[in-house]
Amino acid sequence: MSTSPRIIEVREKILKQNDVLARSLRTSFQDAGVCVASMVSSPGSGKTAFLEHLLSRFRKYRVGALVGDLATENDAARLKRATPQVRQITTGTICHLDAQMVQKAVEGWDLQELDYLFIENVGNLVCPSSYDLGESLRMVLLSVTEGEDKPLKYPTIFNTADVAVITKLDLAAAAEFDLVTACRNIQSVRPGMTIFEVSAKTGQGMNDVAEFLQGRRAELNVVALK
Amino acid sequence: MHELSIALSMIDEVLEQAKKHGGVQVTAVHVRVGAFSGVHKDALEFSYAAASEDSPLRGSRLVIEEVPIVVYCWKCRAERTLESLQQLRCPQCNAPVHDIREGRELEITALEVA
Repeated sequence: MSTSPRIIEVREKILKQNDVLARSLRTSFQDAGVCVASMVSSPGSGKTAFLEHLLSRFRKYRVGALVGDLATENDAARLKRATPQVRQITTGTICHLDAQMVQKAVEGWDLQELDYLFIENVGNLVCPSSYDLGESLRMVLLSVTEGEDKPLKYPTIFNTADVAVITKLDLAAAAEFDLVTACRNIQSVRPGMTIFEVSAKTGQGMNDVAEFLQGRRAELNVVALK
Repeated sequence: MHELSIALSMIDEVLEQAKKHGGVQVTAVHVRVGAFSGVHKDALEFSYAAASEDSPLRGSRLVIEEVPIVVYCWKCRAERTLESLQQLRCPQCNAPVHDIREGRELEITALEVA
């Protein structure tokens, strides 16, 4: 009698549940006409400051924000000064957001009442790359104090993002940051990537980001109308 | 490290499949992990061993096939396998490449059952 094991072919995505949920979130966001952008970066690269500045420019829009952290509600408290629709997702020990956390966090919100939803992921350049959150745009942030080679060290997150934002440009000289090399490294791991160079402190470059996001929302609504 | 979360999702899926096939005893799980999946092989092996310990999959083997990045080069009109994650360029003609055909996989391909 043969004792060789029986093989069952499967072909299932390991994160199937997350992917299915993310797809359904994406559809409901699109149907409601809300432009959803997520932000990923290392801890401390300025996601919250960037978002605070952006919200101050987006006062004419109805904006919601979800902020992920392992602990504390500090970021939500900061953002609440700019928009009332803020929810903190505290993940406990989990190093990334997933679609289920996003779904739970937006529960009770009327998505039709939002123009934009920003999702600030947990500060981490590795783990968030595997999880689709249903966003239509993923922004990866890199601050000038982190060094030009970050994209080469974390190619996956840069490759899965749609745009890159170089932050804290006001500190570039002090950090001896080489902008040309940084951009070249980004282009190396993600050819053709749109890059914004900003300072949330001085406002430099933030207008370009705001215009880009307005364009994205307009495109989304054109598609929704069709 | 998010490989523990990945391992837990994987165990759920494997157990569901085992149930679907009449409650078979799974002795090995075959998975494909792409170089751009964001998952590290060693960390996944470690996490799977730890996470399966208290499950019906205890003692089962995890067989990981690593999938390199395969891109389509529009200039060569051909698929090319990349050696490096840092250089998204065609290894033949050096043109930048955007179209990633393989390398994002994170999937269960087969189960060995007793």
